[in-house]
Amino acid sequence: MKKLLLILCFFSYINISYAQEKLNKNKSVEFAVSGNCEMCKKRIEKAAYAVKGVKVAEWHINHKDIHIIYNEEKCTLDEIKIAIAKAGHDTDTIKAADEDYEKLHHCCLYRSEE
Amino acid sequence: MKNKFLVLFVIFMSSLSAQNIIKGQILDNNKTPIEGANVYWQNTSVSTITDKNGNFKIEKTAKTNKLIISYVGFKTLEIEITTQEFISGILLNNQTLKEVVVEKIKKSTEYSKSKATNIQTLGQKELLKAACCNLSESFSTNPTIDVNFTDGVTGNKQIKMIGLTSPYIVFTEENIPVLRGFEQNFGLNFVPGTWIESIQITKGAGSVINGYESISGQINYEILKPISDIPFFLNLYGSTDNRFEINLHQNQKFSDKLSSSIFIHGNARPMKMDKNTDGFLDNPMGKQINLANKWQYQNHETGIISFLTLKYVTDNKQGGQTSFNHEKDKGTTNAWGSEIDTEKIQISSKIGYSFKDMPYQSIGFQNAYNYQKQDSYFGLNHYNNSQKSLYSNLIFNSIISNTKNKFAVGLNFIVDNLKQHLKVNFTDDKYFNNQSTGAFFEYTYDNIDNFSLIAGVRVDSHNRLGNFITPRLHVRYNPWNDAVLRVSTGRGKRWANYISENQHLLNSSRNFIIEQHINNTEIAWNYGFNFIQNLKIGTKNIEFIVDYYVTKFDKQVVIDLENSRNVNLYNLKGKSFATSFQIECSVEFNRHTSLRTAYKYYDVQTNFKDGLLLKTFTPKTRIFSNFSYESHIKNNGKQWKFDSTYNWTGKQRLPNTANNPLYYQLNSYAESFGTINAQITRSFSKNLEIYIGAENLTNYTQKNAIIAASEPFSDYFDSSMIYAPIFGKMFYTGLRFKIK
Repeated sequence: MKKLLLILCFFSYINISYAQEKLNKNKSVEFAVSGNCEMCKKRIEKAAYAVKGVKVAEWHINHKDIHIIYNEEKCTLDEIKIAIAKAGHDTDTIKAADEDYEKLHHCCLYRSEE
Repeated sequence: MKNKFLVLFVIFMSSLSAQNIIKGQILDNNKTPIEGANVYWQNTSVSTITDKNGNFKIEKTAKTNKLIISYVGFKTLEIEITTQEFISGILLNNQTLKEVVVEKIKKSTEYSKSKATNIQTLGQKELLKAACCNLSESFSTNPTIDVNFTDGVTGNKQIKMIGLTSPYIVFTEENIPVLRGFEQNFGLNFVPGTWIESIQITKGAGSVINGYESISGQINYEILKPISDIPFFLNLYGSTDNRFEINLHQNQKFSDKLSSSIFIHGNARPMKMDKNTDGFLDNPMGKQINLANKWQYQNHETGIISFLTLKYVTDNKQGGQTSFNHEKDKGTTNAWGSEIDTEKIQISSKIGYSFKDMPYQSIGFQNAYNYQKQDSYFGLNHYNNSQKSLYSNLIFNSIISNTKNKFAVGLNFIVDNLKQHLKVNFTDDKYFNNQSTGAFFEYTYDNIDNFSLIAGVRVDSHNRLGNFITPRLHVRYNPWNDAVLRVSTGRGKRWANYISENQHLLNSSRNFIIEQHINNTEIAWNYGFNFIQNLKIGTKNIEFIVDYYVTKFDKQVVIDLENSRNVNLYNLKGKSFATSFQIECSVEFNRHTSLRTAYKYYDVQTNFKDGLLLKTFTPKTRIFSNFSYESHIKNNGKQWKFDSTYNWTGKQRLPNTANNPLYYQLNSYAESFGTINAQITRSFSKNLEIYIGAENLTNYTQKNAIIAASEPFSDYFDSSMIYAPIFGKMFYTGLRFKIK
């Protein structure tokens, strides 16, 4: 069992180092971000742009998702998601804290609808 | 009826950059806006949905030009967006018909709200509001550009922006500078109106990317794009002032990547016409043949887009006395006559590459070669010129850290080979080989909310103008909802071709007196302010615009006509400025009816030898009003359109004619006058429309337009004192036939 764990660790280590070697300066990703309106769009995109390394941030009101191009050498995907959540918007994996959510303008309160 | 839904949607696209926003509205056949329809670019995540008014906005993407519109219960519509036009598609429900009809509706003129520069786009719909036979006539329904008459012989029209004539405006064809140097004077007549897809007018200092020459503004025109052009187009035109035109366009799509269009234009004024019986032709007889071939290659997978344009023009004009026979009377005093022969060749190419995985980064390379030759005489005056120009521009577009900070950087190279022969009261041959090399950097900041700025600077090294820096700045701020505030400033520098630009003065007995060691350099600063407020009152959309622009010349070649025997040309000593103020109000009563009214005030003064005086032929006040109505488009494409423009031109200062005999003297100011143009268009189907129009319905004409018309070889003869129409009421008709 110990051996197996060791092998697993070893593989995951290889995986990580492999990924690190291939850090993409123009990594393109899309993930869900909750929001309602044009005001949300400005807020979400501003929050994403505030993260150093984000080159392009476009939130789509209909799909409720964001298209991001970022430099993996400068930031991680989670940092971007945390920044968006901090602005009050839930992402697919990282949710906004209630206190941040409640700061939103009343028309932007996307949770109350559900 | 209930399930027989139609969706009508409308897209207006603004201007040319790769980051265009497309706007539109989706409605069903009852004109009810559809909320929640999906609008997206094929195979991308760039998408949006319509709001409760059916409106949407979507950013253009480099990846594809296929826009998909889908809504539950309706057939999904796929449209290729390649033009700056307004496209409307009718989308039929699955249950009713299988056919998808796409037709075009264009928004006529649109002011930009999100750009830092004061730019307005005139779409084809605007251009179809009047006869618009060529570019110089395309502005008759627009209040920003004033159209002036130059002389009573050549029939040439000159355009003005913020009080300054066209040499101070930079013209670009698809962002490549054109109509430069000797081409400036008649060049606008060599761009047929039917070839033009859209025109973008920028007031104030232009972009540094297009060079250092822009002083009062920039006019860019886009030619129809082969990839989106219709297979066949025919236009015929005839008017009671004896002008006939034909336009033929033919388009071929070789693959989804390669397409080509051929444009053929011919116009003629075959007959002599002298309605005001002054012994001079009202308009010159003439003919023009104008050919163009445009190629477009576009590959979305590799990110390459490229254009190649070839053009050829030959134009002949003959004006002057009705009795003039050019074979017998040329160079004699039997009769006064004038001929202008022009030949022109233009080759231009563009290639652009957008980087894979980096939609924000691209490289563009533009090249153009121009040749023009003009041979002409005006009575006993002769003027010949020829020009060879080479233009090359390399641009790299990218971002600094993110798309809020964009920049363009590049290099360009211009050669103008200018030859000129002038025979007036003296004979003079000149040859200039002007060369300049420049580098530019333009930074654009947009906070994706309510503020943006464009700051540009270029450094040029010119063999005659020296080494110099050209700065330009544009700032936009949205202080509150639906309002835009802009300021701009910039410097422009140019080489004045003062004879070519003022060759209408050769239609006179004036002596040319040119200051010794005159310097052709002109330098000016332009400062601008612009405010736009949009309001919605009930169903009416109101747009309110205020513009204030000031141009101050540091160096200028002054054209002094204050002595009626002479044209005095000398370098400016003292002040020269042009101040313009404009208030404009547009009301869209509903989707069919709109009214646009503008009041313009100009204060253009120059230090002449006689002191600081108002610029001649420049009215202090003008009023412009345009009314347009269009009926609802029926299913078979049947529609009525009605358009009418009223122009009131205030008093204009006229050159001093005190040393003429009393009967050849002009008042110091020309009286004010008003003119009305109108046009009715009837579309019989999507393929055929006929238009009938009239110009100068008030029938106002300038009395005794040509001074000493009866003795053209006397010292007093002068046909360059034109401030109003020479020709009275004029009617025209034409047809447009399209195969889609």
